[in-house]
Amino acid sequence: MSSKSKGKPKIAVFKFASCDGCQLSLLDAEDELLAVAEAIEIAYFPEATRAMGKGPYDIGLVEGSITTHQDAQRIQEVRRQCKTLVTIGACATAGGIQALRNWRDVDEFVRLVYPTPQFISTLKLSTPIAEHVPVDFELRGCPINKSHLIELIVATLAGRKPAIPSYSVCMECKRRANVCIAVARSVACLGPATQAGCGALCPSYDRGCYGCYGPMETANTASLRNQLRVLGQTDDQIVRAMRGFNAWAWQFRKASEESEHP
Amino acid sequence: MNGRGGRTIRVDTLARVEGEGSLYIKMAGDRVADVKLKIFEPPRLFEAFLRGRHCTEAPDITARICGICPVAYQMSAVHAVERALGIHIDPAVRLLRRLFYCGEWIESHALHIYMLHAPDFLAYEDAIAMARDHRPIVERALRLKKIGNRIVQLLGGREIHPLSATIGGFYKTPTKQTLLELRTDLEWALEASLETVRWTASLQFPNFEQDYEFVALRHPDEYPLNEGRLVSNRGLDIDVAEYEDHFLELHVKHSNALHSVVRGRSSYLVGPLARFNLNFERLPDVARKAAIEAGLRPPIKNLFRSIVVRAVELVFACSEALRAIGEYEPPPAPRIEASSRTGVGQAITEAPRGILYHRYALDEKGLILAAKIVPPTSQNLKRIEDDLREYAAQVAAWPIEEATWKCEQAVRCYDPCISCATHFLKLVVQPDDASRG
Repeated sequence: MSSKSKGKPKIAVFKFASCDGCQLSLLDAEDELLAVAEAIEIAYFPEATRAMGKGPYDIGLVEGSITTHQDAQRIQEVRRQCKTLVTIGACATAGGIQALRNWRDVDEFVRLVYPTPQFISTLKLSTPIAEHVPVDFELRGCPINKSHLIELIVATLAGRKPAIPSYSVCMECKRRANVCIAVARSVACLGPATQAGCGALCPSYDRGCYGCYGPMETANTASLRNQLRVLGQTDDQIVRAMRGFNAWAWQFRKASEESEHP
Repeated sequence: MNGRGGRTIRVDTLARVEGEGSLYIKMAGDRVADVKLKIFEPPRLFEAFLRGRHCTEAPDITARICGICPVAYQMSAVHAVERALGIHIDPAVRLLRRLFYCGEWIESHALHIYMLHAPDFLAYEDAIAMARDHRPIVERALRLKKIGNRIVQLLGGREIHPLSATIGGFYKTPTKQTLLELRTDLEWALEASLETVRWTASLQFPNFEQDYEFVALRHPDEYPLNEGRLVSNRGLDIDVAEYEDHFLELHVKHSNALHSVVRGRSSYLVGPLARFNLNFERLPDVARKAAIEAGLRPPIKNLFRSIVVRAVELVFACSEALRAIGEYEPPPAPRIEASSRTGVGQAITEAPRGILYHRYALDEKGLILAAKIVPPTSQNLKRIEDDLREYAAQVAAWPIEEATWKCEQAVRCYDPCISCATHFLKLVVQPDDASRG
């Protein structure tokens, strides 16, 4: 945001199909925002500033999934403008909730929502940014954790890898000394297969994890499906559980398709 | 002025709004020939995604419509499903939901007043540039915002897409002691909000009064948040379940959002001005007194003064949050469980930007057969275009850059959330050579 001075690294924020929540995380970093804005130039961030600074940019933060032909072209230009390109959140990283269309007839969906469907132009699939252009780092979460965002900016400027956990939500529950709700109370929980990052919020609020941070890299979804069945979940319920905000991430996608056609 | 007979104002990417859109105003002499608020935010097909999902998923899924006001979506969703299932919530849960909603109002209003809107009045591109000359003001904004977020975080786990609100109540309810920890911050926030009213009232406003139909909830004795009848200054007074009998959504070609109208009439306005004008007597004394001292008495018909009204609502939200904390005693159970049944339920709650309508039809297993969601910004879109038609004529003689900025400002008065409305905006003012003559 017009914190212009020569030599400061330039950051840009780009939005595709999304709810604005992940980019809002930057404005929600109330304690760090002014300090961040002193260290870097927020060159392009339409949600926060009228100043539309031109590229190239040192860091491009990309929110949202690709759902239109125009956006599929725009992301190519965004990639050309950004030295480091980081996707922020489940939409940009996994296709997001918009990917629920990927198993259905999108034209039928458009007809359900809009009275004059011929005015609407949209793609059949909602896809993550990495399916279109090379991505340098992905921040998971629906929404992202704002401390991860600050860590990412600091690490990138320092030229090191951001310290973001890649273990499961179960580890976070252990750290918080939560009693396991799946074991102790038979609550369906995606924690064992879901990447950490939220701080095990749902189990800490007496509900099962619903997978906001997407599958961890080595997720054993086959075992999780079995466990969910043991807890009395039907295949329909398991399909819905896997088809949340990271439905198109391959591990969850495979698990939902196997539960759909057991 | 000479040489400005026919021209076009265009803003390709409207800034400091949530979501993406553009503005296009075509002038023919002093007359406005065409106004289009073009929403190019991609279509987001939430109502279709909800079909076949379980009703308990509605608050989680609909929160993702908007990262700025997820609590509003969760509140309309839980109330609509509860109506379908015949659930009557515990009074303590009702109080907690008001507190939860106040948190979002504080966060959202502080963000809009200071970070998105105020820079227009002080001629900055953004709040960071403003902070260089007015650091204490921006710091006040950030602290206010943080306190709002803290409330949402405490009750909902996190400020964006909170996770504890559910059908019948919450997954987990806080202890009295946990809430009391908010008190000192909220007492500061109440004083800061009163200062916000005085500060915003000192800004310069253009003369721009319009004859609006204001639409808002009205509760017998509370300033509206979660419930009430739907009323207007033109005689509308209905149960929220009758919403679709009285309002119509139109699909216009230049927009991925639908435009709402009152059946048999036309555009209408929802949000802070509407709530204030229709519920002035229901404001707590501290907020009503602050409004009067700031020279605000209903009806306020100048859109640009909505920043002051938003500040008055900030006072309300802080005062109401303090009341809720004081009166709270934990409910016997965090939520009331009810068995599934077929049914239809509707709800309207007051999102920071205005009324948010949800309707769900459920089957015997609690699965959603059909859903309808009408966000506040799509209800305001037609009214924004109507305002621009009038306002662009007033600023038509100005240099193009200034006229463009002024028109953008008129749009920002609405605090539009385009992500919501698509289920935002770009201003286009450009010379129209064809009509020059």
